[in-house]
Amino acid sequence: MSVQEVPQGRLRTPFCARLAALDTLNSWHTWKGYTVPDALYCADTEYFAIRNSTGVFDLTPMTKYRIKGPDALVYIDRLVTRDMSKIRPGRVAYAVWCNDQGQVIDDGTIFHLKEGEYRLCSQERHCAWLMDSAIGLDVSITDETAEVAALAVQGPTSFAILNRMGIEGLDELKPFGLMHVDFQGTELMVSRTGFTGDLGYELWLDPDRAEFLWDTLFAAGEISGIRAIGTDALEHARIEAGYIAAYIDFLPAHATVRTGRTRSPLELGLDWLVDFKKPNFNGRRALAEEKRSGSTWRLVKLDIEGNKPAHHAYIFADAKARRNIGFVTSAAWSPVCKQNIALGTVRTPHGNPGSTLWVEIFYQREMHWSRKMARAEVVDKPFWFPKRRGLTPPDLV
Amino acid sequence: MTDRYDAIVIGAGHNGLVCSALLAKAGKKVLVLEANDQVGGAAVTREFASGYSVSACAHLLYQLQPKVRKELGLSAKPASDRMRNVALSRNGKHVRYSDGAVTGVSDGDARSYRQFHRQMTRFADLLNTYLNLTPPRLGTSEFRDLATLARLGVDLRRLGRDDMRTFLRLIGINIHDEVTERFETPLLRGAVSFDAVLGTHLGPRSPNTIMTYLYRLAAGHGQLSVPRGGMGALAEQLAQVARTAGVTVRTNMPVKRIVVENGRVAGVETAGGERFDSLIAVSNADPKRTIMELVGTRHVETGFTRRINNIRMRGNAAKLHLALDGLPTISGLAKTEFGDRLVIAPDEHYVERAFNPAKYGESSPEPVIEMTIPSFRDPSLAPTGKHVMSCVVQYAPYALEGGWTEATKDAFAKTCIGTISEYAPDLESRITASELLTPADIEREFHITGGHWHHGELALDQFLFVRPVCGAAQYRMPLDGLYLCGAGAHPGGGVSGAAGRNAAKYILRERAA
Repeated sequence: MSVQEVPQGRLRTPFCARLAALDTLNSWHTWKGYTVPDALYCADTEYFAIRNSTGVFDLTPMTKYRIKGPDALVYIDRLVTRDMSKIRPGRVAYAVWCNDQGQVIDDGTIFHLKEGEYRLCSQERHCAWLMDSAIGLDVSITDETAEVAALAVQGPTSFAILNRMGIEGLDELKPFGLMHVDFQGTELMVSRTGFTGDLGYELWLDPDRAEFLWDTLFAAGEISGIRAIGTDALEHARIEAGYIAAYIDFLPAHATVRTGRTRSPLELGLDWLVDFKKPNFNGRRALAEEKRSGSTWRLVKLDIEGNKPAHHAYIFADAKARRNIGFVTSAAWSPVCKQNIALGTVRTPHGNPGSTLWVEIFYQREMHWSRKMARAEVVDKPFWFPKRRGLTPPDLV
Repeated sequence: MTDRYDAIVIGAGHNGLVCSALLAKAGKKVLVLEANDQVGGAAVTREFASGYSVSACAHLLYQLQPKVRKELGLSAKPASDRMRNVALSRNGKHVRYSDGAVTGVSDGDARSYRQFHRQMTRFADLLNTYLNLTPPRLGTSEFRDLATLARLGVDLRRLGRDDMRTFLRLIGINIHDEVTERFETPLLRGAVSFDAVLGTHLGPRSPNTIMTYLYRLAAGHGQLSVPRGGMGALAEQLAQVARTAGVTVRTNMPVKRIVVENGRVAGVETAGGERFDSLIAVSNADPKRTIMELVGTRHVETGFTRRINNIRMRGNAAKLHLALDGLPTISGLAKTEFGDRLVIAPDEHYVERAFNPAKYGESSPEPVIEMTIPSFRDPSLAPTGKHVMSCVVQYAPYALEGGWTEATKDAFAKTCIGTISEYAPDLESRITASELLTPADIEREFHITGGHWHHGELALDQFLFVRPVCGAAQYRMPLDGLYLCGAGAHPGGGVSGAAGRNAAKYILRERAA
């Protein structure tokens, strides 16, 4: 019997050598088995690259499944809550999927690559659930996480940089669109997607060509302020965009033990993703019942007074902290909005947009703790939604 | 052109017939579609050799619920009633037991058995109450569910402290421990062990085989009978009751699919392409076949699909039918005793050893066998002076390594006949025809996935609140208009009618609400 070498410890993405070359902090963590940087030189600088020039984020560890076969559409339509028959080839859909109890397992993006062929991307791994969902259907599921290298290129100058790289047809690519182009002999998939809420693209290709893509991209982006970024900067940007994250703003249903710790899409403000016109999808019966009888929780976006980020703060209905109604799950000072922002979870019926809530912020100065009850307005729209995000073609800046 | 019904029952098994009759009695317009040319499902009598007929699958009646009998007015006189069990011994010193009395054992064992039977029937009576009720849903605030749960708690308490503790101790454990603790006679140990594992993929040392034993005793304390004309006669009678109540029963109508429109049942389509409309489809088919084949997983959710797909239902019991030109000779057996139930299970280890190969996809080289000679009391089943022998043989795993072929079937039939011949030496010379139905044959002929006579293993994780699966144990499936009424639903298999009756009551109650 021959002994097969299996990788021990953390995996390296195809861009790892390039990231390491730029790294000055040596601050890394694991993302689904891969080594990824928290930040490479300074999280703040990297964040400002996203908002003012272009940040490049290695998202290869993102879980990717290829779903194809005659029943692919039936399969996906039953898996997720939104109507996938409306997502034509060449389009991307943000979607959420639930268990039979209508509780969110995860959210992610589904790329309709070509007729009857999809790629599902998510933060978590879902092999068992996806395989079980395939029982009785003619569809194949392949985990292609390691077979596809992926980069997010995000920021106001991202269009100009990719244009300069010679990617044709980019000016016609609308938000949530995808296209396949020839990149010096390799197929490159470009999608106008991202996790920053800004103008931006994601590039997908064969890992063997990953470094070549990186080098070409950075050469083209040098005069446009391109910068590699780590997850800290991205985390900041996604809160501004109002995007929720698994294990932070909700717990994947499969990861919970206690009852009542899961959330439904209705409770996460994702009602717009739930299409009750579909006769069947996972969670439909339970969600229809929840819609009838009312939800327990509501996700809120908070605009908080002051400049102390409300990390893990309790949320109260009144300034005297008598009625505890929830807690903050993500919080940040937003430099670009000049706002103290947060995402949180409150019990219904609290949290109507426009209403005022109170958060209890603790902060430390030279060891001593201070407490502040801060007024928080519930807002409806994402904190950051620049016009350039929806513009086709985007401005060449 | 389509016909519209209040409910369509898929399969004229005994539960389907009971359910349809009760629905029709309540004024519903009901259609029953049966794939085979006879009604009865696994409760049928058919000719297996010229002039010889036999109950082709189930062959003993001991679980028919008195409530079913009463509500449907079933009154036929059985051919044999109060049959005794004879655990055969090679030296002719057989052990005979029925209704708590046992002979052929020491005085101590006789006392122990009486005590054992008294306790077991007491527990079985408790169980039986709940076999005739829709299991309560857990985690709801519905009054009916809470009331049933509360009643279960009270009933348990009313056993008294000692018996309640014993019940809770026994319900999950195996029959082997109990028989070895209570009895010294190997034959008695073997026979009781066998009674507990009949029709299951379990051996005497497998967990929850006391629960299966209680299940066997629940409806009639284990008293055995055979209807005149075989089990098919009971099915015919049920069909007659159903027809009289206004049910349309159609045979040779295999259902191809349950039509789902806009996320709910809209009707049923047969293999012949006929479409029947109804907003209610009640499936007498097993849960796996119902969901995976008739409905299609695309119409239900993933979690439910996974649970249904994982139902354990590997049949292990084969049926052996022998046409005999006369009664065999069994030493030490009186002539009248040929009308009793004869058991080959010499001791508890023999039964466990017979089970061992089944775990690895092999049939038992020394099988355990339950034999009856129904023609002894019912001459209509065989030509004058001749007899039929009907045997349940274990273990014959559904998924036999290499599959069931003519060769493996012949070999297994020979093994069984060889085993019986050790007790009845002239058997072989008396055989004029034979038929072996393996679980694979039972699956094909009676449309039961895995050929499992309970439509799903009778085990604690597939019982009561979680039968067939967690979240769907109240006959209603998570697809509007779809119900189960067969053995795969609570309480389980055996010719009891409980599932059919409970399902009918549930449907009527729900529709009235």
